[in-house]
Order: sequence, then structure tokens, then C-alpha cells
Amino acid sequence: MQSQQEFRNETRIWLEQNCPESMRTSMVQEEVVWGGRNAEFANPDSETWLQRMAQKGWTCPSWPAEYGGGGLDKDQAIVLGEELARINARPALTSFGISMLGPVLLEYGNHQQKAEHIPKIVRGEIRWCQGYSEPGSGSDLASLSTKAELQGDNYLINGSKVWTSYADKADWIFCLVRTDFDVPKHSGISFILFDMASEGISTKPIQLISGSSPFCETFFDDVKAPARNLIGRLNEGWSIAKRLLQHERTMISGFGLSAGQSDNGGTTSTISSLEGTAMHYRGDTKKLSDPVLRDQIARFKIDADAFAHTSRRSVEESKQGPNATSSMLKNYGCELNKRRYELMLQAIGSQGLGWEGEGFSDEELQLTREWLRSKANSIEGGTSEVQLNIIAKRVLGLPDILSLARK
Amino acid sequence: MALVLSEDQQLLKDSAKSFCEQNAPVSVLRGLRDSKDEQGYDQAIWSQMLELGWAGMAIPEAYGGFDFGYGGLGVVLEETGKTLVSSPLISTVLVGATAIVQLGNETQKQDLLPKIVAGELLIALALDEHTNHNPSKIATTATKVDGGYSLNGSKTFVLDGHIANVLIVVARTSGETDSERGISLFLVDANAEGLNVARTIMVDSRNSSNIQFNNVVVAEDALLGELDQGFNGLDSVLDIARIGIAAEMLGSMQAVFESILEFLKQREQFGVLIGSFQGLQHRAAEMYSEIELCKSAVRAALAGLDDPDTTLAERAELASMTKAKLSEVFFLVSNEGIQMHGGIGMTDEFDVGFFIKRARVAQQFLGDASFHRDRYATLNGF
Ligand SMILES: Cc1cc2nc3c(=O)[nH]c(=O)nc-3n(C[C@H](O)[C@H](O)[C@H](O)COP(=O)(O)OP(=O)(O)OC[C@H]3O[C@@H](n4cnc5c(N)ncnc54)[C@H](O)[C@@H]3O)c2cc1C
Ligand SMILES: Cc1cc2nc3c(=O)[nH]c(=O)nc-3n(C[C@H](O)[C@H](O)[C@H](O)COP(=O)(O)OP(=O)(O)OC[C@H]3O[C@@H](n4cnc5c(N)ncnc54)[C@H](O)[C@@H]3O)c2cc1C
Repeated sequence: MQSQQEFRNETRIWLEQNCPESMRTSMVQEEVVWGGRNAEFANPDSETWLQRMAQKGWTCPSWPAEYGGGGLDKDQAIVLGEELARINARPALTSFGISMLGPVLLEYGNHQQKAEHIPKIVRGEIRWCQGYSEPGSGSDLASLSTKAELQGDNYLINGSKVWTSYADKADWIFCLVRTDFDVPKHSGISFILFDMASEGISTKPIQLISGSSPFCETFFDDVKAPARNLIGRLNEGWSIAKRLLQHERTMISGFGLSAGQSDNGGTTSTISSLEGTAMHYRGDTKKLSDPVLRDQIARFKIDADAFAHTSRRSVEESKQGPNATSSMLKNYGCELNKRRYELMLQAIGSQGLGWEGEGFSDEELQLTREWLRSKANSIEGGTSEVQLNIIAKRVLGLPDILSLARK
Repeated sequence: MALVLSEDQQLLKDSAKSFCEQNAPVSVLRGLRDSKDEQGYDQAIWSQMLELGWAGMAIPEAYGGFDFGYGGLGVVLEETGKTLVSSPLISTVLVGATAIVQLGNETQKQDLLPKIVAGELLIALALDEHTNHNPSKIATTATKVDGGYSLNGSKTFVLDGHIANVLIVVARTSGETDSERGISLFLVDANAEGLNVARTIMVDSRNSSNIQFNNVVVAEDALLGELDQGFNGLDSVLDIARIGIAAEMLGSMQAVFESILEFLKQREQFGVLIGSFQGLQHRAAEMYSEIELCKSAVRAALAGLDDPDTTLAERAELASMTKAKLSEVFFLVSNEGIQMHGGIGMTDEFDVGFFIKRARVAQQFLGDASFHRDRYATLNGF
């Protein structure tokens, strides 16, 4: 067995030799690498970086090597993370395949499904989107009504999804469908994968308050999905769906951790040091001159410290991956991220209120947009209120008013 | 830095838990309060705690201790916090012994530490002089006299001052009242002439006192640490104590929260358990989250204390982060502890009142949340 120290040394050397210089700077929004059939590399170094990391399986460090993952144990994965952070390395690949689908596919998929999809996720060859929410089913996700009927070797899918992030750019979708309408709502849901290039799929982008349009309405009109793409058993998709949400929430909770490394919650480089920025814009040198803001920033940073320790503790404590505490982390992390942006806006005053054009730096304009984007943190992946419900019910064991109401 | 307890720490925690539940429940504190006990703590329980080795937990083996580290003392404090054990553990072990280990010379350590482990010596730190903690604002003076120093001034909020055998007195040997320079620490016999100790009855029913020094003369060798340069050493001792007190607060807030949950699952109104009302559920879920953060902060801070690589600046930051956070959350949880119990929460018969009283004292002790946020900001250069 290789010792942890040896692994650290080797990793450090490898990273020194293989991580391009420009990949050792904080991520900027336009250069985030999502992969996929039509992958775009705004910075050519990103492509090199992705290939090298994918080769070692380190885009998915703890996934089994059998399917192209890094095959690292938990401690090694932590070491790799620390070494990446040490050189401020950018994530080589960001995708819903990594943060959401992959982990549940490894847990619930059969060998054939894993062998078909996991390596492509690791290498960033296929970009995935998440088909959960529907116009009538948001927080009450299990009430979803997109319908799938078996016809020969295929499921025939009809219905529509909404808020599907990057549906217009994704290659494949993991989708919740209703396969039985005559049983209680949780018992008739299945989890299926299909190609977004299939006939009968159309998408319509929706614009966000931040001005960008990363998500879509998604329509299915007699779409054929091969039956072998059903994950787990028919009508038992709800537990897979929930498991995936735990992974998603863990991912989103990372927005609360630190600026610079995550890239979906709107957190990028502009917002590195709150206090430094606040002092810079005021011309302060020794001490932040606004005492109220100073206290608010101190309180924020203290909460962020305690949250970072909690996040680390949950990794040390968890043996079977995320659990109900992912709701706590998700909720707290999102609220922290929103607080960070509000403080950042206060820190730079009227320079944080520009929309476009002259008079504002690119960073300032980006900050304004990211501040708006951050508001979604407590909605996407299940709202904060829903997370609090889950904590109350699953962690604290408080009685469920909804099940009382049903009685 | 491990954020989960080691096997040894977990065993210690389990045994401390059962000891406190069985031998030192909140009713003991209630009894001390109701009988207006002179000592303010239960000697028999303290003796048992000594037998368990708690006094030597963070004292090196060379001085008769058990070298179990602050991680060990921390889990004990967490458990004593759950039942509000009133004992010299904080004044003598957490603060007093730490000061001697950190600042004492070899003679002082050899002399005092084994006595602490054996329970022969109680110590109190005489530091604060004002309504709010401010360890560099010291007006009490120690003037050089023949063969030693003469102390004059007054101290307040001296934990266990009236039962201590030895006081650690923070005094000014030079400099302005507000200056960090010119502060020195002295070991003073509690029976010294010119020393007047007045016990104060505090809201938390624990021991505290006001102390006056009128030409109290101590010998040269009573100096603890360096002359005039005592502040940094003092502050680093206080940081350890701040983290220790936060561990106790962590235990106390968990006890309140458990009591809340129990009540929410048992009290019926409007024909259902009140725990089914979302207005209460979300507040409970938020409290749970905050307590989880507190747990992580305390674990990280204790681990930092036991890690030889932690610098004093890092320790200071951990201490202020932890004390600020715990003070804030204990405020929240103790208030909700009353509110969510309805009328019952207001009754003296119910224990939650003891916890809100303890909360405010623990919040104030060695700096409240705003003191530590201010300090945290300064430490971080803003
Ligand atoms: C930026 C962004 C990206 C997204 N990406 C995706 C995606 O890729 N794929 C996908 O499937 N979905 C996606 N979503 C959808 C997201 O999961 C839903 O918006 C979310 O689950 C909430 O559903 P809703 O919008 O229908 O709100 P509703 O469920 O209608 O909620 C409205 C309000 O009522 C509250 N509420 C609802 N139920 C309760 C309850 N039981 N107790 C207390 N309060 C309650 C909510 O908290 C909220 O405040 C995305 C959303 C956003 C904003
Ligand atoms: C100092 C004092 C003086 C008083 N004087 C009088 C008096 O003179 N005459 C008199 O008749 N009474 C008096 N009361 C009683 C007082 O009116 C009750 O204590 C109060 O109505 C709450 O009832 P409870 O104590 O049974 O708490 P509970 O009703 O059991 O409530 C416990 C907790 O559950 C919450 N809760 C209950 N129902 C809901 C709900 N539907 N949604 C969300 N949360 C809920 C409550 O807000 C509370 O936090 C007094 C109480 C006090 C403390």
C-alpha cells in the first residue's frame, strides 16, 4: 500500500508538470468547461487540462477505475482536492454527469449502463441535463406527470419539463417519468435516460433576471427512449430521484464554501476577498471605515468558517456518501452564498449597480449579474423551505403535517 | 486536523456523559441555589470529578497530569455543560492550570500543577475591571516595593474568587490604562493581607466575586510570566479558555435543543402534536443547523489547540470565531428554549430557565459576540 504522504508527493509532482499555468488562476464564467459533443474551450489550455485529468480519471477521483474513474479512496481523494486547491487549479470539468447522475448510476445502474455512460462522463464526452421539474410539479416533485409507456423495446415519452438547465446544450437527459398513474404518487415514477437528439424533443430557453438564459422549457412529443435505459426497477425511480437530489444538494452547498472554485451558482473570481474589496473601494488601509459593514462581514466570515468546518466534518463522518444532512448543508451553503453577494454589493456601492456599457469594469458588471444569479441558490435543487421540511422530518423526527393532512 | 472524535475521546465523552447524568444533574445546581450554599459547588461531586482525573486532563504528565489534551478537556466540558455542573473545573482547570502550564516557570509548575490535579488547590483569574471584557484595559497597579510588588485596584466578575486559594491577578506594572504593554500577572495568596473578596450572587447560580486590593504585597517570585510583557501570554491563555467555555456552551445548547424536540413531540394543541406546525419546524431545523456549525467550530478549535503546528495567531482566530459563533447561537437556542415551551418555559420548576441564565453569563465571560467579531476582524486585517 502506498502511504498517504507518497501519494501526496506524487500528486504534487504530477500537478506541477501537468497543470497548465493559465489553469492555476481563478475560474472565469466564460471559461468553465462543460464538455459534451459540442464542447467549447474558450481557453485552449482547458482542453489540455481536461485531457490530462481525464486520462488519470481525476475528473471523478473516487469513481471506480473499471469505468474510467480515478479509483482513489476517500483519503486520497481528499489529498488530491487539497493539492488542487494548493495550486488554485481550476476544475478540469464541470458537469451534471459528475455531480448528479454519475454517483446514482454507480449505485443503481447495471454493468452495461455503467460501462456505456460512466467513462463518457469522466472524459466529458457527453453533457447531461436534469429533467425533474414540471410546470405543475416543483417542490412537490413527486406529483410529476410526464408519461412513459412501453411500446416494444422503447418507452414512448410525452409531456413537458421546465427550468431544465442547459437543455438546449445537453446531449442526454436523465428524466423522471410517470409509468403508473393508478398508484400513490411516489410509487409510479421511473428514472430513465435518453438522447436529447431523439426525434420529438424541443427546447425553449427562458431568460433569468440576471440576463442570461441557461435554462429551458423542454417538450417531449412521442419521444422514443430504449427500454434498456431505464435505471433501477420500473416504478421505483423515486428513491433514485431522491438520492440524486442529495448529491445535487451537496454540490450546491459547495457554493457556500469559498469563492473561486465553483462555477454553477454564479460564484467565480470577482468575489475573492469581501473585506479587501470593501476597504479598497473606500480607500481604507488599516481598518474598514464602515463599522456596520465591518461587523456584518466579520459575522459572515465566521459563519463561513464554521460552515467550512461542518462541510469537512460531514465528509469525515459520512461513509455512504451524502445523507439527510445534505439538506442542512445545502440550505446553509445557499444562504451563505446569497449573503456573500449582498455584502459584496454593499462593499462596492454604486459600482455594483451597473447593467452594461461604460462606467463599470467587467468584474463589476459580472458581479451584478452573479448577485442576481445567486438568488436561485435557495430555489434550485429544492427550495430552502423544502430543505427545512426535510431536516424537520428526517433529521429531527418531527411529525409530518402533510401526512397528517392525508389521514 | 480531525473533526471527528478519536476513539479515546469518544470513550471519555461517554463516561463523562453518564457521570453527569447520574451524579450531577441540573437538580444539583438547583439545590445549591435554593440552599444558598456557601461554597457554590458540591464538594462530593468535585471529589468524584478529581478521581476521574478531570483536573489533570490537559496537564502534562511531568507535572502529574494525564496529557489528554484540550480535545479531552473539551469533551468533558461539553458534557458538564449539558447538566450545568457547577464546579471549579473552569476556574481552576481550564483557566488556572492552563495559565500556569503556559506561563509558569519550572518552580511554579512543579509546585502548583500537581496540587491542582490532586484537588488541593483552587485558582481564580482576577482580570476584568469593567462591565465588559477588555483584557488590555487594566487599571489595577502593581508597584515595585522592597522585595516584591504592592497591588492596588479592584476586579469584578472573578469566577470562583471566594473559594480560590490562589488568585492570578492581572495588573499594570507600567504604561497607560489601555495599553497592551506594561501588563504583568501575579500569583497571589487568597489570604493575603489587604485583599477583600465579596461574593456576588449571579443569575446563573454559579460562583463569582468582586475583589479589592489594598496594598496587597507579594514577593518577587509571585510574578507569573514576564514583567510588563504579560499581555500576549495572557491573551493566548484566554484563547484556550474561550474555546473551552465554548465547548461547555455547546453542551448546554444541545441540552436545551433536546428538551425542545422532546416537547414538540409530546405536547398537543389544536388536536395535533405542536411539532407538526411548520412555524416551529423551520425554526427547529434552523437551530439544528446552527448547532451543527457550533459543533464543527468547537471541534476544529479544540483540534487546533492540540495541534503543535497551530500558531498563536491561528489560535486567536479560532477562539474568536468559536466564541462569537457559540455566543450568538446559545442566545438563539436559549430564547427559543423558553418560547417553544410556552407557559411551562417560564416556570422556575422547569430547567430551561437555568440554561438561559447560564447562557448570558457564558456569553459575557471572556468576551461576548461583538467583542469577538471585532477581534476577528482585526486579526484578519480589516
Ligand atoms: C436557476 C435554476 C435552475 C434550475 N435547474 C433545474 C434543472 O436543471 N432541472 C430541473 O428539473 N429543475 C431545475 N430547477 C427547478 C427547481 O428545482 C424548482 O424551481 C424548485 O424545485 C422549486 O419549484 P417551483 O419553482 O415550482 O416552486 P414552488 O414549488 O411552486 O414553490 C413556491 C414557493 O413555495 C414554497 N413551498 C412549496 N412547497 C412548500 C412546503 N411544503 N412548505 C413550505 N414552503 C413550500 C417554496 O419554498 C417556494 O418558496 C431550476 C431552478 C432554478 C431557479
Ligand atoms: C407570565 C404568564 C402569565 C400568564 N397569565 C395568564 C392569565 O392571567 N390567564 C390565563 O388564562 N393564562 C395566562 N397565561 C397562560 C398563557 O396564555 C399561555 O401560556 C399561552 O397561551 C401559551 O399556552 P401554553 O403555555 O399551553 O403553550 P402551548 O400552547 O403548548 O405552546 C407551546 C409552543 O407551541 C407554539 N404553538 C402552539 N400552537 C401553535 C400553532 N398552531 N402554530 C405554531 N405554533 C404553535 C406556541 O407558540 C409555543 O411556542 C400566562 C402565562 C405566562 C407565562
